[in-house]
Amino acid sequence: MADEWQPKIIGIICNWCSYAGADLAGSARTQYPPDIRIVRVMCTGRVDTLFILKAFTDGADGVLVSGCHFGDCHYLEGNYKGAKRLFLLKSLLKNIGLEDKRLRMTFVSASEGAKWAKVVEDVVKTVKEAGPSPIANR
Amino acid sequence: MAETKKTKKETAAKKEVKKQAAPVKIKEKQQPRIGVFACHCGTNIAGSIDIEALQAAAAKIPNVAYVDNYQYMCSTPGQKKIEDAIKEHNLTGIVVAACSPRLHEPTFRTATKEGGLNPFRFEMANIREQNAWVHMHDHEGATEKAIDAVRIAVAKAALLEDLIPKKVPVEKAAMVVGAGIAGMQAALDLANAGIKTYLIEKEPSIGGRMSQLDKTFPTLDCSQCILTPKMVDVGRNENIDLMTYSEVDAVEGYIGNFDVTIRKKARGVLTPKEAEGRGLVGGGCNGCGDCEAVCPVIKPNLFEVNMKPRKAIYINHPQVVPLIYTIDFDSCVKCGLCVTACGDKKAIDLEMEDELIKVKVGTAILATGYDLFPIEKKDEWGYNKYENVVTSLEFERLICASGPTGGHLVRPSDGVTPKKVAFLLCSGSRDNTGVGKPYCSRFCCMYSIKHAHQIIEKIPGVKPYLFYMDIRAFGKAYEEFYYRIQDEGARFIRGRVANILEDPVTKNLTVMADDTLLDRPMKLDVDMVVLATAVQPTTGVDTVRKMFGVSNSMDGWMLEAHPKLNPCGTTTAGVYLAGVCQGPKDIPDTVAQAEGAASAASIPIHMGAVELEPYFAMCIEEKCAGCGMCVNLCPYSALALVEKDGRKVMQVTEAKCKGCGTCGGFCPGGAIWMQHFATPQIVAQIDAFLLGGEQ
Ligand SMILES: Cc1cc2nc3c(=O)[nH]c(=O)nc-3n(C[C@H](O)[C@H](O)[C@H](O)COP(=O)(O)OP(=O)(O)OC[C@H]3O[C@@H](n4cnc5c(N)ncnc54)[C@H](O)[C@@H]3O)c2cc1C
Ligand code: FES
Repeated sequence: MADEWQPKIIGIICNWCSYAGADLAGSARTQYPPDIRIVRVMCTGRVDTLFILKAFTDGADGVLVSGCHFGDCHYLEGNYKGAKRLFLLKSLLKNIGLEDKRLRMTFVSASEGAKWAKVVEDVVKTVKEAGPSPIANR
Repeated sequence: MAETKKTKKETAAKKEVKKQAAPVKIKEKQQPRIGVFACHCGTNIAGSIDIEALQAAAAKIPNVAYVDNYQYMCSTPGQKKIEDAIKEHNLTGIVVAACSPRLHEPTFRTATKEGGLNPFRFEMANIREQNAWVHMHDHEGATEKAIDAVRIAVAKAALLEDLIPKKVPVEKAAMVVGAGIAGMQAALDLANAGIKTYLIEKEPSIGGRMSQLDKTFPTLDCSQCILTPKMVDVGRNENIDLMTYSEVDAVEGYIGNFDVTIRKKARGVLTPKEAEGRGLVGGGCNGCGDCEAVCPVIKPNLFEVNMKPRKAIYINHPQVVPLIYTIDFDSCVKCGLCVTACGDKKAIDLEMEDELIKVKVGTAILATGYDLFPIEKKDEWGYNKYENVVTSLEFERLICASGPTGGHLVRPSDGVTPKKVAFLLCSGSRDNTGVGKPYCSRFCCMYSIKHAHQIIEKIPGVKPYLFYMDIRAFGKAYEEFYYRIQDEGARFIRGRVANILEDPVTKNLTVMADDTLLDRPMKLDVDMVVLATAVQPTTGVDTVRKMFGVSNSMDGWMLEAHPKLNPCGTTTAGVYLAGVCQGPKDIPDTVAQAEGAASAASIPIHMGAVELEPYFAMCIEEKCAGCGMCVNLCPYSALALVEKDGRKVMQVTEAKCKGCGTCGGFCPGGAIWMQHFATPQIVAQIDAFLLGGEQ
């Protein structure tokens, strides 16, 4: 078990929906794999492409950005702006030698604890399948 | 499996005794000096995470100057540990690894402040909700994750700055949206507490669903009798500005200072006050009804669930508040007969247009109630197909003395009094078939029992049959009411109705069900079926919900800030919920929540000022190229380009900025400093996890 490869996955998630949803998964004791580390921001609109590129150059094997559903952003439209940027970045990832599935954006509301658990499960699975990041110098 | 679990638990329990290890001291270091405190939360955290290992690892994280742990960090002794350590060890920042910041960030910020630091020099590592509770069977994985969470938090804490929350005055006025019993009660409480209250109702008159009911369980008070005095109070109260036939058009601002635009829909009829405003002293609508008498247009009356006609100019029922007629311009042919009938009162203006009114309020309560689930979707029960299948709301109108039949329950097909009536409880509720609602609508059991009583009282020899799954008689005096109606002769059959058949000639109905107590299928011929229909959020309410920044639950109802500890609040400061819009509840619970919401909404107003989290954006002018891209990104128009020293730079209006950081996420030059979520802080968090490092 100990020598199984552990992916490094970072989740940048918004305070109002996905963070609250993740808390709800906790209160409901919904179990999911621990291979993700969370950075909380107020809104996915805050997510600078720099953060994601930094994460990948630092050696992240996967990055998850998760926020409110469209139309439900606490700041009206931050998630639209954030999503637009991310989708653009996703299309550019190939150019630096990364599969675009390593970057994922999801929408998990404050009441979707079970969905959060599924999302993490899925992200961990996808990244594990993809293997270590080709650009990580480890 | 069970055994391994037990041993794990045992070892965890043993560890716990050990875990109260002595605090680790680390050699004196230059700035920053972060104190890390790990919480056991009893066994909530310590049951999954090895606190000792966490503490040892934390001690090695760069900039950590002190590490400690405690059973319950949020307790008084726990907080005292933080306060003392700040002073004793000259700390510059605090990290508590415990529950969610959404729960205890305020607690630990206060402790940080008590210790002499700026409260914003605090960062929380969530190792309970997002760790111990979700990785209960992977202690190693959980502990590793906790160590990283602390690493990430320390990295941020090392870069946190002193921030001063902005104090803003609170407008001494409130708004209540929706004037059902919830909204009316909330508005009355606020108004009686001396607060100017705008009560916004989309319908021409107030009262909501309760005004459509005949009697109310379990006391059997006549609904109108207990409601009308309240409606009159609302209409009269000097502090309530009642705006009927109005809707919220736009909301801007934040707690203490919401700028709300209200669309007053053109009702085509002037109130006496409005008439006076137009110089027609003594004019305006007095509710005489002369206009209605001459109106040639006939439409179905929605208040009577389409079982009675109304004119294009109408009032819903005789007791309406306000007693002002309304023209339904969608069906009005503008023949002008009403204008003539109205005469000198000159109350009718066929050319009236919608009016936009702006008001400023400090807090707001949403009380938008519910609609019935469109039960025709449940094809098997034949609503809209069989004439004698009605909804519970139709039943209320049919049994009500002021209803379309004067309170005589009759079959819609032939006007004959039914002798055998089946009531289908949970019609569309507790339904996981995909067509229907998974939740319990909470008042259907009780009102169906009430309905059974009402027909027994009115129709000699009638036989009510109630098909149920479980009877939920949970409230005060409800169980007693249930027994009483059983004694009165109502028959209760435990089983869901599979389908209903109709005799095409007599229009009589055959109910096919499974009697699960006798464990046999059954067939019952009845004259009429009443569907105790599920409820769902009022149609179109998402627009107003989103305008106020309120989230919704999985099932569509508005989401409270905390299901137990903050059932009236929302995630938007200054916005509260009352009544069924938050989830199905009967009148007693609705009124209780409305009073709670009114009390909560009055607190900021009575305080006079509130503190806003100082998370706003700032421009680093040396870096700003004046491109102006951020200006267009801001959803609140908080940013503008200004001339400074001969060049353009961005400027933030702090009062308008809500701190989402959308501008900061985009600025190509990195010229926007998002306080408390600044780029170097977030990058440090990412680096801390991925690059690690030891001191
Ligand atoms: C058939 C039936 C029988 C019942 N019998 C009983 C009983 O005997 N005893 C009991 O305790 N409970 C009973 N109930 C439950 C009771 O109806 C509710 O508890 C109560 O009406 C809830 O009040 P409310 O103010 O939350 O919602 P509502 O009564 O729905 O009021 C909401 C108001 O908000 C307005 N509104 C909606 N959207 C907007 C908007 N966007 N802008 C402005 N205004 C808006 C609506 O027009 C309405 O006036 C019964 C319910 C049904 C269906
Ligand atoms: S607040 Fe959640 S995405 Fe904007």
